[in-house]
Amino acid sequence: MTAVLRLASWGYALALYGFIFLPVVVLVLFSFQDGRLPIPPFEGPTLRWYAAVWQDRSLTAALGNSLVVALASSAVSCALGFLAAWGLARGRLAGGRAMQGLITAPLTVSYLLIGLGLMISFNLTGISPSLLTVGIGHAVINTPLCFAICFASMGDHQVNIERAARDLGAREWQVLWLVTAPMLLPALAAGFALSVTFSWDEFIIAFLLSRFDVTLPVEIWSLLRSGLNPKTNAAGSVVFLVSVAMVLAAEFTLLRRRR
Amino acid sequence: MTAPVELVAVTRDFGATRALDGVSLGLSAGEFAVLLGPSGCGKTTLLGILGGFLAPSAGHVLIGGQDVTALPPARRPTTTVFQDYALFPHMSVAQNVAFGLRMRGMRRPARMARADEMLALVGLEGAGTRRPHELSGGQRQRVALARALAVEPDVLLLDEPLGALDLKLRRQMQDELKSIQRRVGTTFVHVTHDQEEAMAIADRIVVMNGGRIEDEGTPQRVYLRPRSRFTAAFMGEINLVPARVGGAGDGHLLLETALGPVRLALRGDLSAVQPGARLALGIRPEHLRPDEAGLRIPGTVIETIFSGTHQRVRLQPSPAGPPLVAHLPQGARVAPGEAITLAFDPAAAILLPEA
Repeated sequence: MTAVLRLASWGYALALYGFIFLPVVVLVLFSFQDGRLPIPPFEGPTLRWYAAVWQDRSLTAALGNSLVVALASSAVSCALGFLAAWGLARGRLAGGRAMQGLITAPLTVSYLLIGLGLMISFNLTGISPSLLTVGIGHAVINTPLCFAICFASMGDHQVNIERAARDLGAREWQVLWLVTAPMLLPALAAGFALSVTFSWDEFIIAFLLSRFDVTLPVEIWSLLRSGLNPKTNAAGSVVFLVSVAMVLAAEFTLLRRRR
Repeated sequence: MTAPVELVAVTRDFGATRALDGVSLGLSAGEFAVLLGPSGCGKTTLLGILGGFLAPSAGHVLIGGQDVTALPPARRPTTTVFQDYALFPHMSVAQNVAFGLRMRGMRRPARMARADEMLALVGLEGAGTRRPHELSGGQRQRVALARALAVEPDVLLLDEPLGALDLKLRRQMQDELKSIQRRVGTTFVHVTHDQEEAMAIADRIVVMNGGRIEDEGTPQRVYLRPRSRFTAAFMGEINLVPARVGGAGDGHLLLETALGPVRLALRGDLSAVQPGARLALGIRPEHLRPDEAGLRIPGTVIETIFSGTHQRVRLQPSPAGPPLVAHLPQGARVAPGEAITLAFDPAAAILLPEA
């Protein structure tokens, strides 16, 4: 009986992980397809589609754009999230709870709504779509995340440490720069890595807020419109690989300290 | 560096609660003062006001004759050793100790050399490159002390710094704190709820209760001649026997107590006592001895407990009166139900208000 149960639970686990990862495995596998279409049967392997991605000017430009947007918007998100968390964790503000809720609220709003809202706002204010507006959009979705991560790691034991710094003559900016931020480095690194991941493969906001210079997901989408092609698989695999790397980096920085 | 400290009618309210109620206190330069009291007595609030972390609702704080009431912590000649040490976890031990000097703009080689000196002072030579999390509790405590002393404060504030250490280490750190204080000469203000610790290190004990100062003086004075029932009981176990002043004359005071009449030689602290007044006679357990001259108290042993350094004996006095606690020598052979006679030297008597 227990053997049956164990078998069943293993089978269930296998089915679960298969369901989650099979599409990705298929995507990555057929990026190595030695043929014109990314469909079975698998012929290959070959790296020629990766070479094709590398030689595609618009793809490499989009990749560079994605990188710039991801790094810049994540840096801004971390800075804003950290400062907000510090203010709300340390200061006694009237309506602090409400403000905390307001800052994290965008986490529950769909990216489509955020993208549409920003598009309309930029339109009204006469700011034309560009990588800057995409970056602003990504900062909007990632600042709540960075705030939540930083806020969660701000403990009361750090209050006395900051107090000690002030006692020894540190000014407020020195307390933040020399004591609070370094203490929260794992949280900041995790927030940064997760933000980069989210910005890196975010499509709808980037699509709505960009015009001439586009990010990689938008570029891949326009490739898809001309039909299936192992080159899109290769580009998708690159996106996936970078995301995985960033998530792993976040996991390690955040979890290493916890243990 | 050192300076006197003066608190003038300091009051602090937290909402509707009054944590400090008109506290005035003067400490001399180079004194080791201990603020002693139960939790909630206001001692930590008082330390926070000295350090500048809390503003008093009323009153003034003077350090070295200068009014610092409005100054933030960074601009006061004080530094604090926090209860949880509050070391910077991301810095080495030497960087921790040098932090205050860095904030004062001292150049790196000079401040690192000074950090090494301070680490040597607290017995941590060569530990400068280690991280706080690699150190034991006692070592972290020393780093916190070195860090606070590195900037040569006039007044060092210590917030229950030994609370987290085990008994043996606590005793050792008490001795070291005392010797470091003598060496640097800085005024130390130390907060604790442990009266043994207070007596072990203080030049002056300030007993606090309910936001007020109950008593202050040398450890001997506060323990042997406490001015209030609270102080008497907080400093150590005490037997209280109701008493009435029968009369005074030829340098003596006659007390009528349940244990019999007690003749006290008139002392300075008894001059204000009026005949007929109702008082409480306080007797420390160690002042009840089998072989003392003075008032003899026969009674029956209720129970005995062996406590290492002494035997704690509860006794029902046979004349009358409440049960008494006595500390007898370890070797004393007494058993419950046994009749014994103890004696008490009236010179050790503590006279306290009736209730």
